[in-house]
Amino acid sequence: MSKMTVEVVTPERVVFSGEATMVIARGVAGELGILPNHIPLVTPLKVAPVRVKTTGDKETLIAVSGGFLEVRGDKVTILAEAAELPEDIDVARAQAAKTRAEQRLKEKQADLNQRRAELALQRAMTRLFVANNK
Amino acid sequence: MAKGIREIRRRIKSTKNTRQITKAMKMVAAAKLRRNQEKAEAARPYADKIQEVIASIASGTSGSKHPMLQSRPVKKTGYIVITSDRGLAGGYNANLLRKVITTIGEKHKSKDEYGIFVIGRKGRDFFNKRNYPIVKEVTGLPTSPEFADIKQIASAAVQMFANEQIDELYLCYNKFQSAISQIPTVKQLLPLEALESNTARTMNYEYEPSAEEVLADLLPKYAETLVYSALLEAKASEEGSRMTAMGNATDNATDMINRYTLSYNRARQAAITQEISEIVAGANAQA
Repeated sequence: MSKMTVEVVTPERVVFSGEATMVIARGVAGELGILPNHIPLVTPLKVAPVRVKTTGDKETLIAVSGGFLEVRGDKVTILAEAAELPEDIDVARAQAAKTRAEQRLKEKQADLNQRRAELALQRAMTRLFVANNK
Repeated sequence: MAKGIREIRRRIKSTKNTRQITKAMKMVAAAKLRRNQEKAEAARPYADKIQEVIASIASGTSGSKHPMLQSRPVKKTGYIVITSDRGLAGGYNANLLRKVITTIGEKHKSKDEYGIFVIGRKGRDFFNKRNYPIVKEVTGLPTSPEFADIKQIASAAVQMFANEQIDELYLCYNKFQSAISQIPTVKQLLPLEALESNTARTMNYEYEPSAEEVLADLLPKYAETLVYSALLEAKASEEGSRMTAMGNATDNATDMINRYTLSYNRARQAAITQEISEIVAGANAQA
């Protein structure tokens, strides 16, 4: 089976680097499954978990927010403002963030805060989902 | 005489204490410097990659018409000034702020023509005291800042540019040259200067949803990344500057201690000599 290298990079560090047979991510235009030998592609990503299928049917989930994905040759690079592996996620903090965001959404403030709270909720849910599906 | 000796001894002791502190600060700064340098290093792949993709979009399509890449008549200018929270870093803040003030003085006639985004307590106090227009401020950053720490101020500045509230954005920070040399720099951030596209590395990407939209998404991110890497560089400079300043202070303290010790010994000897001559004189008088 052909493979490709996958790298997840944030401004602070390289979060993930390894070989994979498939990458599944949610782009702004829809869900994407990238297999080796994909044509070069660039797309922004939604706040969502990214699934990386590594060799031997194993799957790594990565919580990605504010990122974009680049495919070039046999290399997939995900650049994100924040990205975490399941073991790096602070579940308590994500839970707190989720509650807080939900609270804010209920209060229905101005548009900007609404939008921010929605994004925060999305981030928190992504993190929790990733952490709970190790 | 004995009082003079005690005075000198006290001074030696207090200088020794000071030296101990400055020496410790120097070592701490050296350790932090190394950590910050590593951090700045780790941030590079991200910035490089974004730049690469942007360059290839800008060169390939009509994407270069994006407002962030085009200069327009300047009515208002924004400055992002990165200073430190703490002092005892030699000329670190003073040099940078002087440079900023000169630049502003040369370019603008009134305070309506610019706004300052300030990072760091020292800069904020400086501008506040002199009534400069501060748009936004961030203080109390940790020694090794995370991207999230400055995301807000960076995106606020970029947003203001996008909304045409400001027409230029400058980044003012101490550029890290080496551990002993930091250069105060004022660099244009927005509009982004023509990105050099290395034609050999340009790829024909497929863009989703479209090249323009990808570019519109990436450019603000890129600008924010530039702010972040400038911040990391500034933090490395800060520790470098502090290390040098504290090294000098330690050397000076050592010099002072040597001088005091010398005069202490002189005074002690003088006191002994005097005592002997007094005794001898007393003995002679009795004989």
